[in-house]
Amino acid sequence: MATLNSKIPTGPLAEKWRKHKTEIKLVNPANKRKYEVIVVGAGLAGASAASSLADLGYKVKCFVFHDSPRRAHSIAAQGGINAAKNYQNDGDSVHRLFYDTLKGGDYRAREANVHRLAEVSVNIIDQCVAQGVPFAREYGGLLANRSFGGAQVSRTFYARGQTGQQLLLGAYSALSRTVGAGAVDLHTNSEMLDLVVVNGQAKGVIIRNLVTGVISRHSADAVILATGGYGNVFNLSTYARGSNTTAIWRAYKRGACMANPCYTQIHPTCIPVSGDYQSKLTLMSESLRNDGRIWAPKKSGDARTAADIPESERDYFLERLYPSFGNLAPRDIASRAAKRVCDEGRGVGTTGLGVYLDFADAIGRLGEPAVRERYGNLFDIYHEITAENAYKAPMRIYPAVHYTMGGLWVDYNLMSNIPGLFVLGEANFSDHGANRLGASALMQGLADGYFVIPYTVGDYLAGQKPGSRPSTDGAEFKQAEDDVRGLSNRLLATKGKQPVSYFHKKLGKIIWDHCGMSRTKAGLESALQKIPALREEFNATVNVPGSAETLNQSLEKAGRVADFIELGELMCRDALTREESCGGHFREEHQEADGECKRDDQNFAHVAAWEYQGDSKAPLRNTEPLNYEFTKMSVRNYK
Amino acid sequence: MVAVNTQKLFSVTLRVWRQSGPAQPGKFVDYPAKDLNPNMSFLEMLDVVNDELAAQGIEPIAFAHDCREGICGTCSCTINGKPHGPGKGIATCQTYMRSFSDGDTIVVEPFRARAFPVIKDLVTDRAAFDKIQQAGGFITARAGSAPDANALPIAKGDADLAMDAAQCIGCGACVAACKNASAMLFVSAKVSHLGLLPQGQAERNRRVLAMVNTMDALGFGSCTNQYECSAACPKLISHDFIARMNRDYLKASFRSAFKAAPANTGGGGA
Repeated sequence: MATLNSKIPTGPLAEKWRKHKTEIKLVNPANKRKYEVIVVGAGLAGASAASSLADLGYKVKCFVFHDSPRRAHSIAAQGGINAAKNYQNDGDSVHRLFYDTLKGGDYRAREANVHRLAEVSVNIIDQCVAQGVPFAREYGGLLANRSFGGAQVSRTFYARGQTGQQLLLGAYSALSRTVGAGAVDLHTNSEMLDLVVVNGQAKGVIIRNLVTGVISRHSADAVILATGGYGNVFNLSTYARGSNTTAIWRAYKRGACMANPCYTQIHPTCIPVSGDYQSKLTLMSESLRNDGRIWAPKKSGDARTAADIPESERDYFLERLYPSFGNLAPRDIASRAAKRVCDEGRGVGTTGLGVYLDFADAIGRLGEPAVRERYGNLFDIYHEITAENAYKAPMRIYPAVHYTMGGLWVDYNLMSNIPGLFVLGEANFSDHGANRLGASALMQGLADGYFVIPYTVGDYLAGQKPGSRPSTDGAEFKQAEDDVRGLSNRLLATKGKQPVSYFHKKLGKIIWDHCGMSRTKAGLESALQKIPALREEFNATVNVPGSAETLNQSLEKAGRVADFIELGELMCRDALTREESCGGHFREEHQEADGECKRDDQNFAHVAAWEYQGDSKAPLRNTEPLNYEFTKMSVRNYK
Repeated sequence: MVAVNTQKLFSVTLRVWRQSGPAQPGKFVDYPAKDLNPNMSFLEMLDVVNDELAAQGIEPIAFAHDCREGICGTCSCTINGKPHGPGKGIATCQTYMRSFSDGDTIVVEPFRARAFPVIKDLVTDRAAFDKIQQAGGFITARAGSAPDANALPIAKGDADLAMDAAQCIGCGACVAACKNASAMLFVSAKVSHLGLLPQGQAERNRRVLAMVNTMDALGFGSCTNQYECSAACPKLISHDFIARMNRDYLKASFRSAFKAAPANTGGGGA
């Protein structure tokens, strides 16, 4: 049974991080270069971690599966990044950002982590501006803000609709600087296929070069995974096609606990699905909900065009159900409301799976140029995909998978239960509880990389003897490499009839139907029958053409989908055992009379951290209790 | 999820560049692509064709892609002679099959440039762009050392212009579109983005010298002001930034000649 010690520092909430920083161990500057740290992934969390650790003097090796670190999917985040700067003088504070994030997460995150996140949010904006991130500004030259869901203050900083891109390019520039200076050894086209654990500590990784197929072993004093989320388990999502769970899943199979895997975020405003060939769903930023109004016809089966439906026959359901937050209700709540409307037969578009996001009022109030200035690129994206003009007719939107709050379990230092294995950004579970608020993912990725890991990795390394990292000739490295080769060979040798995409689509449908926006005991139980059957079918009939000694995209996909199938099973198991509704996890059996989440704080105010027990045995469900010392666990109310 | 195909389906012939490795010769091969929905993206069409090829025992076409929403810069096909295809201001992944007609033959190639060698089929090696960035595409600002973000007001016009340049997705279409395979638009976008901002001034001279010199050393050609780069750019980045970079480069060359600040060390004076 894994030991889950959260290592939350003692003392008042607002003092914990400051106190911890003064108490944790330091590595002396001359010794830092004797330690080697592996960073896997170079999105916001990975790139900021790699450059910051290199600036401190550690030897850093960074592996990315993309052809360049600038491609990580952080780049696609549109709307913004939260920070408690209170530049708007509208009553924001660190405490308010902390409280909104904790409440937004439906009281399923750790108080101390969330408070630290809110504290360092202000440093992130300073850091990004210093790097040259071109945030939006007012005419006076000062930084502009916008509002986002789940908050009643304007604390979101943005760079048009490309905030993630600009923040990632900032982190990428810092990484490039350290690579150019020889402080980071960057390996592109390099996918991590296994974690190497020596004497109970994470000491290395196995890497496959995606271009040459060469498999190599790398040892280090600590390993940092910043490999993003696993939303592509649903096949269709707003994730990049390459986003995958492989790094964290293989770490799980080496003993790292997977926490709350069923907490997934379904984003309310995405472009609806149009056909079965579809590979990707595109997000329309939550920022659109600042000025767009969401509605559906009052009448079920209303086939008229939006323009033909008079005002009196429209239901602005978010404004009606949640008058104080209106269209800016949190994502899980807005998504479920849209689903209910469609389930009632009031959905729009040819599939009936869509509601309107209407800018007519905003265009009337502000004029089309002002709307274009704020959201022009999003309207352009909408036009490219649907060939419709959203300045003239409302957008059609439907919820889609967007983010995973679950991930590898980490303590306050962002270290997993395997000593020496750190997990940052979306790959960990730590800060968003059961639902993430908009503009908080960018904040967390950069907080972890720039401002948390530089302190906490030192605390661990100070306990390791300099130069003690193991040789890659050791038995553990050999075993891990053999396992990786064995899996590749097995996939290539199956020579079945079905392409990998067939299995990915099938898995996605099972997970979406049974572990998506709403879940039931019966549905989850049936998914737990279907997924093992799908795994057997995959093992027996998958067709992976080509060889392992060259660029082979089918082989890459096959390995990732094999992991998704296993992860999907764990997600359903987690959702089945969590007999309550909270945030993005909605169990139909546990709802209030008005359809809102019914949390069970008595029995489920805890983190479920699953521990791998072998392929043929059920995983072990460990728990870490969540103690709310400083805030009262209230019922989330956005009405 | 529900799939409803209300559109009329159509078929095209793909004429695709197949090349099994960097050192092997490549050639065009024709494949039919049948029953296409006009709402499919170009890359989704390739997905479908690839599954059919695999079923016939033919190795699928390797192509670079990731975000499929025009922001990561991974996708990089030259379609009918145009980098990223027929649309204006979009990447390959944002090209939809409604841009084509029944019976069309669509020619698909990798981005072609000496500095972007082909890895396989439609996948090229664009690491040269990273090397240019590593030479100077940054403002040195260690985490923890930054002053308050509002301590430095920046005129909205300057910030907006910097953002226009900063939108570059690093795809390399500008290079592929240029008859000289010049990277001037890419480099000038980064040089201008950082050079327009007050926080970018300290390294301004060093940056432009290092990035331009690295670009030249990596085998990119020179600019002869044809502006095919801007026309092919998925973010429509203006060639005006090239003029801006040329001015910066000239000024920096004079200054460095007098101040003796080597371009590839940290010592550039402003």
